[in-house]
Amino acid sequence: MAFNSIYDIAGTAMRAQTVRLNTVASNLANADSVSSTEKGAYHAIMPVFSTVYRKLDTGNEITGPYLGSATVQVADLVRSDRTIEKRYEPGNPIADKKGFVYYGNVNVVEEMADMMSASRTFQTAADVISRTNSMQQGLLRLGQSV
Amino acid sequence: MGISVDKALGLHQEALALRVERSRILAGNLANVDTPGYLARDYDFKTALKDEANRIDAMNSHSALPAMNLSSDLKYRVPMQPSEDGNTSELGVEQTQFASNAMDFQTSLTFLNIKLSGIRKAIEGQ
Repeated sequence: MAFNSIYDIAGTAMRAQTVRLNTVASNLANADSVSSTEKGAYHAIMPVFSTVYRKLDTGNEITGPYLGSATVQVADLVRSDRTIEKRYEPGNPIADKKGFVYYGNVNVVEEMADMMSASRTFQTAADVISRTNSMQQGLLRLGQSV
Repeated sequence: MGISVDKALGLHQEALALRVERSRILAGNLANVDTPGYLARDYDFKTALKDEANRIDAMNSHSALPAMNLSSDLKYRVPMQPSEDGNTSELGVEQTQFASNAMDFQTSLTFLNIKLSGIRKAIEGQ
């Protein structure tokens, strides 16, 4: 019975979604960050997810060699290449010589939607764990209530 | 006359194993619900269980035991609404499948418990 690998799978999902929530949090925190150069402006960070197919250890009768589990991992964190907003704010203390400041390219609406999606998937993984837990407990109690 | 507990319990123990395997596949689908290009998979459960029943029959008639091969029964999910990034794992679908699979697992457990209590009664001669 491969209960353990179900916990692993749900665990990778939770980890990946936590990374995603972290990036959302840092993006939202820096939504109004300004810089005096275009290069120095905040670029939104986005995680890239990828699937990891695992072969299972053989020997167990029930598992064929290619009956893998599919876990998820964060393959990379990339910086958004959306254009940096340039505003004319001569009164700003960090404005450059011509009076321009550069705002980060965070799209707040997109980040909010991302945050909801991430917490939803995290919740699902938690649900998977609790259901697996009750399946396992039922199995452990097999024959006891006779 | 001896009682073979394996025979008395019937197909339910195999069904339990299949249910656990299936919940692992479904957990994988749920974990990859936001991964671009992920192709969701699932068992054709009826066929898998039928194969298993045939295997048990073969085991009872011959001494040789054909290996249980589940990987060939894994099929790809056809999405209800294909998404732009090629991901075919839909949260609602996978969640319902996972929940109903867990429920079917509990059902099989209940049947096993009933059978076990039957066997105990037979042993105790009540």
